[in-house]
Amino acid sequence: MIEAITAIDINAFLNSTLGKNAWIPGAVLFATWETIYMVFISTLVSYIIGLPLAIILVITEKGHILENQQVNDVLGAIVNAFRSIPFIILLILLIPFTRLIVGTSIGTVASIVPLTIAAIPFVARLVETSIKEIDWGLIEAALSMGANAWQIIRKVLIPEAVPSIVLGVAITAINLVGYSAMAGILGGGGLGTLAYYHGYMRYQTGVMWITVIVLLILVQLIQVLGTRWSNQVVSKRR
Amino acid sequence: MIQINNLSKIFSGGEQEVVALKNVNVSVNQGEIFGIIGLSGAGKSTLIRCMNMLEKPTTGNILINGQDVTLMNNKELRLLRQKIGMIFQHFNLLSSRNVFDNIMFPLEIAGVPEKKARQKVGELLELVGLSDKTWVYPEQLSGGQKQRVGIARALANDPILLLSDEATSALDPQTTRSILKLLKDINQQFGLTILLITHDMNVIKEACDRVAVIDDSKIVEVGDVLSIFSNPGTPTSRSFINTIINKEISEEILHRSVVENGQTISRLIRVSFIGASAGEPLISTMLQKYNVKANILYGNIDRVKDTPFGNLTVELIGTPVLISEAMDFLRENGLEIEVLQK
Repeated sequence: MIEAITAIDINAFLNSTLGKNAWIPGAVLFATWETIYMVFISTLVSYIIGLPLAIILVITEKGHILENQQVNDVLGAIVNAFRSIPFIILLILLIPFTRLIVGTSIGTVASIVPLTIAAIPFVARLVETSIKEIDWGLIEAALSMGANAWQIIRKVLIPEAVPSIVLGVAITAINLVGYSAMAGILGGGGLGTLAYYHGYMRYQTGVMWITVIVLLILVQLIQVLGTRWSNQVVSKRR
Repeated sequence: MIQINNLSKIFSGGEQEVVALKNVNVSVNQGEIFGIIGLSGAGKSTLIRCMNMLEKPTTGNILINGQDVTLMNNKELRLLRQKIGMIFQHFNLLSSRNVFDNIMFPLEIAGVPEKKARQKVGELLELVGLSDKTWVYPEQLSGGQKQRVGIARALANDPILLLSDEATSALDPQTTRSILKLLKDINQQFGLTILLITHDMNVIKEACDRVAVIDDSKIVEVGDVLSIFSNPGTPTSRSFINTIINKEISEEILHRSVVENGQTISRLIRVSFIGASAGEPLISTMLQKYNVKANILYGNIDRVKDTPFGNLTVELIGTPVLISEAMDFLRENGLEIEVLQK
């Protein structure tokens, strides 16, 4: 796979300046793209599934608008169970499942499956915390107007939690950058694969350091964007 | 309009049971402003939340326009709540919505067609005097303005009843007065029944027609505001009234007495005047008629819901017989007398 990548980006300039290392910039660029792609898709999907779970976790709690102890206990236990499995083990456990869905357990697309499944319970808890920050008075006010549960979710819980949820998106994405590197070691693609196969297995320390720097920039960028997005939402309300 | 019968609420959290309301019986008339006053923890918050079933009572029932709200199913309850406005101490406005959309909120819940709803919001903004703040977010508003939005929001679905949960407790005295004035105007203009709870006797004095005093989960006294002010029947009521009219009387004065030949010949009393009697020179007549002297220590004329209400703290000096005769004279002439110290 790596050989295929190197074939794409080599050009004369790089050859003349970097010599036998001329493949590196192109490979790094491509691996970075793969990482961004994996993180983006898995963040997106984990929110599509995790957000409703978070809402269910909140509203089925004791005293909340759709109190249901059984649902809350079962869902809470499942979320905790998935969160307690270390990612590297989850990655291995999910290989048959990934194969079933994607057809292979290797490559960028295949990595998205374990990344998403690891992120869902994390997102559920993160968003749960964001929603719980909302003053109960707002929910009480909506109830006093005769709102039903769906109206409260749509018009109170989600809009009021948005600034906090957005910050959570950045946290999730940053976490997934880290996880994607782990997935890379098992052939998941992206910067993790590059760092492992070249930086570690082939003693190309330079490649290792480059990936570290790229990851550093990537994480910083996600955080800055996340914070800016959240601030934007908040300042619109001022 | 509202009939509360034998209402009790017990919170049972784990092993401990907390009694929040004990056998409450109150009725509220159509079109009046009814106040419930009590200290924090007395149960008034629970009581007002039982009105729209935000708290489910343990026993007893509540009839609103003849319908027992404690027997309603969820759907009936939601429809009822759309017709009961509620305002809160901390306003509870949505920070994600501007003023206009905050007032739209209950109309959206009730499924009012958008065009009609938008028109209604415009009228309400006019009513509460916030037309210039239509597109502003709550964060930019002062406390008083936020409460005006809260009031507009509570009125959006033309309620049959307005519940006010300590609506002025987070506001300064001047803003409190303007909010109370707005509530009184709404009460007059639309004949809207208002049930409010407060710990501030000033709110009762300025806005309410009738008042219930709640203490330790029980209603200890109910009556119209003037009669409770002039003749509080329980120590709790008295202490609430004292919070606003007795401030200036110092301990020193309360414990002084005139002694002659080893006998106390003075008595400290408080005389309350209501309405017309506030205009007659009764004290002066008393002094001429009976051989007592009067030392006026403190006096005050106030208004209780548009009726003049005065009180004088007087030290009467004379023989015990003459003093009690003089006091009888004042009582016969319709003044309320309270002996502060013998």
